[in-house]
Amino acid sequence: MSSEPAAAPREGSGEPNHALRFTVIWAIGTLIALPIVIWVIGPLIGPGNGSEQASGQGTDFTVLAALATPVLTLVLLYLVYAVIFFRQPKGGVLEGPAVRGHARVQTAWIVVTSLMVLSVAVFGTVRLEADNGAGSGSGPNPLTVPKGPKLPVQVIAQQWLFTYRYPTYGGVETTELVLPNEQMVEFHVTSLDVVHDFWAYKLGVKADANPGVDNVAFVKPTKLESFTVRCAELCGIWHGYMYNAGRVVTPAAFETWIHEQQKRLAPATKVLPKYGKTYIPEPSKRAEPE
Amino acid sequence: MSLFAKKLLGVSLALAVLGVLIGLYVAAWATSSPPTIAASTAPASSGGDKLTLMTVASIGPKYSPTHPNWVSYLVRQNGKWIHSTNFSVPANSVIHVTIYQYDSPTGLRNPFLSQVQGTIGGTMAVDGKTVDAINPEETSHTWVVPQLGLFIPLPGVPEEAKNACEYAPCEGAAHRTVEFSFYSGKKGHYRWQCFVPCAAGFWNGLGGPMQTLGYMDGFLNVV
Repeated sequence: MSSEPAAAPREGSGEPNHALRFTVIWAIGTLIALPIVIWVIGPLIGPGNGSEQASGQGTDFTVLAALATPVLTLVLLYLVYAVIFFRQPKGGVLEGPAVRGHARVQTAWIVVTSLMVLSVAVFGTVRLEADNGAGSGSGPNPLTVPKGPKLPVQVIAQQWLFTYRYPTYGGVETTELVLPNEQMVEFHVTSLDVVHDFWAYKLGVKADANPGVDNVAFVKPTKLESFTVRCAELCGIWHGYMYNAGRVVTPAAFETWIHEQQKRLAPATKVLPKYGKTYIPEPSKRAEPE
Repeated sequence: MSLFAKKLLGVSLALAVLGVLIGLYVAAWATSSPPTIAASTAPASSGGDKLTLMTVASIGPKYSPTHPNWVSYLVRQNGKWIHSTNFSVPANSVIHVTIYQYDSPTGLRNPFLSQVQGTIGGTMAVDGKTVDAINPEETSHTWVVPQLGLFIPLPGVPEEAKNACEYAPCEGAAHRTVEFSFYSGKKGHYRWQCFVPCAAGFWNGLGGPMQTLGYMDGFLNVV
């Protein structure tokens, strides 16, 4: 029985240069995995290409996945490498070599990981403002506002229903969200009671609906399709049922639809309050005095 | 078996029994639901099926000993009023609904819901008069099935009504009668709810009976 650690490389012991060998294996593994992640897995990540913002989010996810690939490959391959080459030899339990500090390796580790994390932080921060807010709720005063014509659509949340108001079409309010294709939409998201969250996944738009707050989000649909709007904030007993349908249609079909709604919903439109960024309903007669 | 082993076994068994009992209690609580009341066959002259509902300001101790002061819906079955908010109606059928509304107005937070939507003809009858909307401020409750696009606002009994109902059942007291028909469509399990913040004593009128199955919300099973 040897008194020397089994895995300790010794001069003239016939031990291979593990560092060099593993680096080569890792490089080859990464070169194989990266194209798979970028071109096979990336397009499957979502949310799809229903809008400019959704496509941008898909690109971001793919970039982040690609950045993580060398790290994941390193961890997994090293695990396999260690199991194969650093196994405990038969014949008894041996003490491994003492682990001591290695200034060069430690410095490299801190520098590399810090650079990676900071790079991802910068990338994420920059991309949050890409595509005019990346489809997220940007508060009442967004940092970036798209140029050109925009269709304002107000999203009004209440327990437990979303309704949509079109201020440029007489302030008509509907229960279905219909949007014209290739038209920049300016969502104004608010709530009449508690905190909700407007989430149209396929369009890549998600914005909190807070009472008394006008939360603005921009999205430009690029695909004729149906989508589902869901509430993404736990808001009470029927939160799970707080969803409804939406459609992206051609501009001509949108005009036809909105004029039909104006006619059909005229009795309701007549009694709606004047369009505002937020609404503070009168306290209920039944409510507990505050 | 040593004394320690016996103690360990006893404690383990006691914990296991306690865990099972807690699990059964939670399961029973989580799966408890008011009974589902089926619509009855409507007279041959109108065809279809019939659902008769009642709304009351206070359900009363007879129907709800735990929450006698809560606002609630009831449904009629074989001439009796049942405290339930789960209903079933046949698919692809015309459903005639009558709601006897005994509560006073509260008002809608969103006036949009004051328009009748999803009924045959886009209207309903209030005390025999056909309307397509009501005054949002006079709304007492709504009967809304969002996934079916069915929106029914219910007007309130005037505050000054002399014979207002105190507790359910309220037959004979001052009320409004709302009638409408809708096409049930395909089979499904749809939730319905009241959109008027009518829960007295709760924050913004939105708690209690508004958040409890069996009072101001339930399921419409299209079978």
